Amino acid sequence: MTSMTPRATIPAPATLGQSTRVATRRAFFALMLRDLTVLRKQLGQFLPRTLLQPFLLVFVFTYVFPKIGQGVGGSGAGAALFSTMLVAGVVGLSIMFQGIQSVALPMVQEFGYTREIEDRVLAPMPVSLVAMEKVASGALNGLFSAILVFPIAAIVPATPVHLQINWPVLLTLTPLACYMCGALGLTFGTLFDSRTVPLLFGIVVLPLTFLGAIYYPWQSLEPIRWLQIGVLVNPLVYMCEGFRAALTPVPHMSLWAIYPAMIGFSALFTWLGISGFKKRVLS
Amino acid sequence: MADNLESAIDEVIHTEALTKVYPGDILAVDGLDLSVARGEIFGLLGPNGAGKTTTAGMLTTRVIPTGGTAFVGGIDVVAHPTAAKQVIGVVPQTNTLDRSLTVWENLYFHGRFFGMNAKTSKAEATRLLEQFRLSDRATVDVSALSGGMAQRLMVARAIMHRPAILFLDEPTAGLDPQSRIALWDILGELHTDGQTILLTTHYMEEADELCDRLAIIDHGKLLALDTPANLKRSVGIDAMITVSATGDLDRLASVLRDSLTTATKVESVDGVVRVWMQQLVGVLPAIIDAAEKQGFTVTDLSSTEPTLETVFISLTGKDLRE
Ligand SMILES: Nc1ncnc2c1ncn2[C@@H]1O[C@H](COP(=O)(O)OP(=O)(O)OP(=O)(O)O)[C@@H](O)[C@H]1O
Ligand SMILES: [Mg+2]
Repeated sequence: MTSMTPRATIPAPATLGQSTRVATRRAFFALMLRDLTVLRKQLGQFLPRTLLQPFLLVFVFTYVFPKIGQGVGGSGAGAALFSTMLVAGVVGLSIMFQGIQSVALPMVQEFGYTREIEDRVLAPMPVSLVAMEKVASGALNGLFSAILVFPIAAIVPATPVHLQINWPVLLTLTPLACYMCGALGLTFGTLFDSRTVPLLFGIVVLPLTFLGAIYYPWQSLEPIRWLQIGVLVNPLVYMCEGFRAALTPVPHMSLWAIYPAMIGFSALFTWLGISGFKKRVLS
Repeated sequence: MADNLESAIDEVIHTEALTKVYPGDILAVDGLDLSVARGEIFGLLGPNGAGKTTTAGMLTTRVIPTGGTAFVGGIDVVAHPTAAKQVIGVVPQTNTLDRSLTVWENLYFHGRFFGMNAKTSKAEATRLLEQFRLSDRATVDVSALSGGMAQRLMVARAIMHRPAILFLDEPTAGLDPQSRIALWDILGELHTDGQTILLTTHYMEEADELCDRLAIIDHGKLLALDTPANLKRSVGIDAMITVSATGDLDRLASVLRDSLTTATKVESVDGVVRVWMQQLVGVLPAIIDAAEKQGFTVTDLSSTEPTLETVFISLTGKDLRE
């Protein structure tokens, strides 16, 4: 073809598989690049939405309360223990919120009135990988927010926070938690649409956070046995307990329960998310 | 193998008995056989709900066929959707521009999605904005574009990765006449440049003006497939006469059928009587005579040279304009 604008030539069958693999890899990273560009452009939104909630949480519970003598967990040693305990919860909570804010909510919009998703799935890659890219980008957002939020939780409290970092756990648990929350975001994003999305906060996120072992260690629920067992369906419990193990000397759930549960939830949300995504974009 | 490849390239779209039944037993596309050659502008013409978007959706991997086969650029779209997506460009029926990015960034990232490196994609994005006369909007958000501009940007995006086939679903629906003509010009230029195009439309003028060949579909079925000129000739009609009158139109139709022996077809539909004739000379007075003799009052009488519209009406019995 001698035209000025050569068009896609039809690949020979033998090179088809190879050329689609290359195309898929490039498209995947280009989508990540697109998401990071949007994140950079919207930093003015990302920072407040990421920082404000944990800041207020830590500020009120671990600065204001002890100062006005209304401490949670008593005063002195009890208050210090509470600040320490809350660090893990705040980090876990902010990662989960990234899954919802950077994956689920934009996806509801892209599926909804903008229909942008229709163009995204025309990128030369399998539809399931378009969904997986969302998970990866949500995980990356979660990681950024954890790094931003951790210093707040460690510095703001009026009473000293006792950190005791278990590096092997921290370095394996953080990516796992970020991935799980990205996949959770994908599942929610495909499960809810623009009409039902208010319910996401009202009836899903609220119980997840209040019963997610953020404000109290799971083991302390011992006196309310039915609740202690009931909250085991909440993925946030394992994540917060995991960060407790990774960051603090506070007693926590066994790592032998935390890792398998988080891996299991990651697999479940990946499967639910991808099949939900396919159902929404292919007819 | 070279021969195989050559013929595969010359036939850019090939479908056999392509069928889509949506859940709930909705038969949207019913055994469609299509063949589109390289360099052609091929039109799918049909009323709302005819199955145009569904057909385009199957050819662009978004709708999974429930029967038959479809190949684009020699690639089976069901078996190898990723490979198929590499050789197609799509302008969908709705605006799917990336609202989080600027006009220029929409093109730049599209190039990256399709494997261009940063340098090439930057240069191409800038060049295309120039070509589509959008350069002065490069840095604005896409939500600030007019409908015509957004449509031009979507066409620019769709051809950026040099697809073997460009799909456009109702590209001018909702555009003002000026933007419509501007888009026709763009498509004409692409055609001159050798771009194969499949477009769906329910505008007769658009189909007539742009398309080399046309498939007329209704209820998911192919009713006719030919060049616009041949379609107009093949129906075997020279003109359609529309008679408005008071009284029982079914009876008027049978009156006219009896008195106009050269009429190919007379029918009463949509509150008028339509008469198809080979020869118009002296027919209009004859219609009035025959009608008034039987006590009808003719309130309006008009004749139309064959257009795609009359072709469509004679094929489906209904008007394409709602
Ligand atoms: N996702 C879907 N699920 C169920 N039925 C569908 C779906 N999409 C389309 N249909 C039905 O299939 C038929 C063909 O629809 P299609 O959108 O292909 O028509 P069209 O020719 O593009 O119409 P229009 O001119 O309105 O765009 C219609 O009866 C429509 O209601
Ligand atoms: Mg349509």
